[in-house]
Amino acid sequence: MSAAGATDAPEPNRRPDEIRAVPVRHPGRWVATALILLFGASLVRSIATNKQLEWHIIGQFLFDHRVLEGAVVTLELTAIAMAMGVVLGVVLAVMRLSPNPLVSGPSWLYIWFFRATPVLVQLLFWYNIAAIYPRISLGIPFVGVEFVHGSANTVITTFVAALLGLGLNEGAYMAEIVRAGIISVGEGQTDAAQSLGMSRLQIMRRIVLPQAMRVIIPPTGNETISMLKTSSLVSVIALSPPELLLATENIYAVNFRPIQLLIVASIWYAVMTSVLYVGQYYLERHYARGATRELALTPLQRVRMGLFSFRRREWS
Amino acid sequence: MSEPMVKAEGVHKRFGRLEVLKGITLQVMPGEVMVLLGPSGSGKSTFLRCINHLEKINSGRLSVDGELVGYRQVGDELHELRESDIARKRAEIGMVFQHFNLFPHMTALENVTCAPMRVKRIPRDRANTSARELLARVGLPEKLGAYPAQLSGGQQQRVAIARALAMEPKLMLFDEPTSALDPELVDEVLQAMQQLAREGMTMIVVTHEMGFAREVADTVVFMDAGVVVESGEPASVLSRPRHERTRSFLSKVL
Repeated sequence: MSAAGATDAPEPNRRPDEIRAVPVRHPGRWVATALILLFGASLVRSIATNKQLEWHIIGQFLFDHRVLEGAVVTLELTAIAMAMGVVLGVVLAVMRLSPNPLVSGPSWLYIWFFRATPVLVQLLFWYNIAAIYPRISLGIPFVGVEFVHGSANTVITTFVAALLGLGLNEGAYMAEIVRAGIISVGEGQTDAAQSLGMSRLQIMRRIVLPQAMRVIIPPTGNETISMLKTSSLVSVIALSPPELLLATENIYAVNFRPIQLLIVASIWYAVMTSVLYVGQYYLERHYARGATRELALTPLQRVRMGLFSFRRREWS
Repeated sequence: MSEPMVKAEGVHKRFGRLEVLKGITLQVMPGEVMVLLGPSGSGKSTFLRCINHLEKINSGRLSVDGELVGYRQVGDELHELRESDIARKRAEIGMVFQHFNLFPHMTALENVTCAPMRVKRIPRDRANTSARELLARVGLPEKLGAYPAQLSGGQQQRVAIARALAMEPKLMLFDEPTSALDPELVDEVLQAMQQLAREGMTMIVVTHEMGFAREVADTVVFMDAGVVVESGEPASVLSRPRHERTRSFLSKVL
């Protein structure tokens, strides 16, 4: 490097003196902090020293097999109802975007109906379906051909009623999420795919949906977390085997310790939600990265790649 | 005399109450390169999109390789084509877009193999082989595994050209292929197009690149406000325009 620089650039090693100013005082912050600490400490003390809470009972039932089995049923309900919701949601969203009003109309009606009525009412309705349809059959309507049939009370078990109530309702919400994802993909993508001679179905499956995933994944994670807790509504229809909330209710119906057992249930809901929370976080991170550079991956790969990219960033 | 590849007679196109094309009549012979010039809003892109039925025309006749676009003539009646028939005809016409419209979730190679595999049911290994050749032909032999976001605009547009060529089209439509590119990336795309023209591809190109029009085009068509103002050999239209409207447009772009 030549030393004949035209300008008087400062030497690279000598930084200008750093400013040392007297900071502005914030007495209000100190007062607020003190108040919050005081309130927090008294709350913790009241919980920790409250004899009525009977912490040992909470500990006793936290890993009770009935509670754990209930948690497993809750997870099953959540997984199956969400799977129903996603499949229904994709079908309804594609129908809703059809130019044919005979296809988009029913989809609109479905979404309207299930969003217009409370899911609790829907659960009770499916539970009592035998009252209006005592006999359920699968066949060709109007011509009297039946492939299978049975009494509604044997076909619609409490578990099936719970899945119908949760899954069909979820389908309506997922439909709106999937629709948002589909319309977020630019029209140029469809133009390009059409100009290559691809059919509407191929364009949806190969081009539009894989790109819509980026928009669909975050709210779907939200829906899954919501579903985990909404599944506790199922406790009103005497589900057997019982899910988490009903399992704890069954226990406190005998030992008269509702608060302790509700805390047990809450702890497990919080644990399961937190696991989903972490999963959603990685998924979102994965799909939010810069431009869309990824292929649509399998769920396992998505999670694995999400974890991997997170780790790499941590270490760098 | 062979049949024209594209034949338009009195083509009209309306969007709602806005009339974008007001009777376009022209024809493109096989192997011909036609450049469409004109101010924005003159209907060049719309006309291009009508040729592969991305837009439906309202009146007139438009045919490609002797067959009507989007319809079938039975006696005096026009019958709409089924979607699968429209798709089959589109597969024979390649299109390159101003904003590339590559599929961002696929690599360059997958972008090129997608349509041959899905539409023509060509097995993967054969599709891969010809996609490699095509990407080499547009000067991107080493970018097979790159995603569109990892490519420059010029590289993306060349992948888009390779993607369209993979369907072995008999006609290529270019809709302002270099308008979204940085000035220094324009040449690489124009060179790929020029090579294609030399190989005898029938091409209709909407562009503002006057150099390309002068050197590569067989015919230059100047459009304004939905009509063809004048057309002819590039030397005559670009150097000795007969209409005032053409003159004033050319004085601004040259």
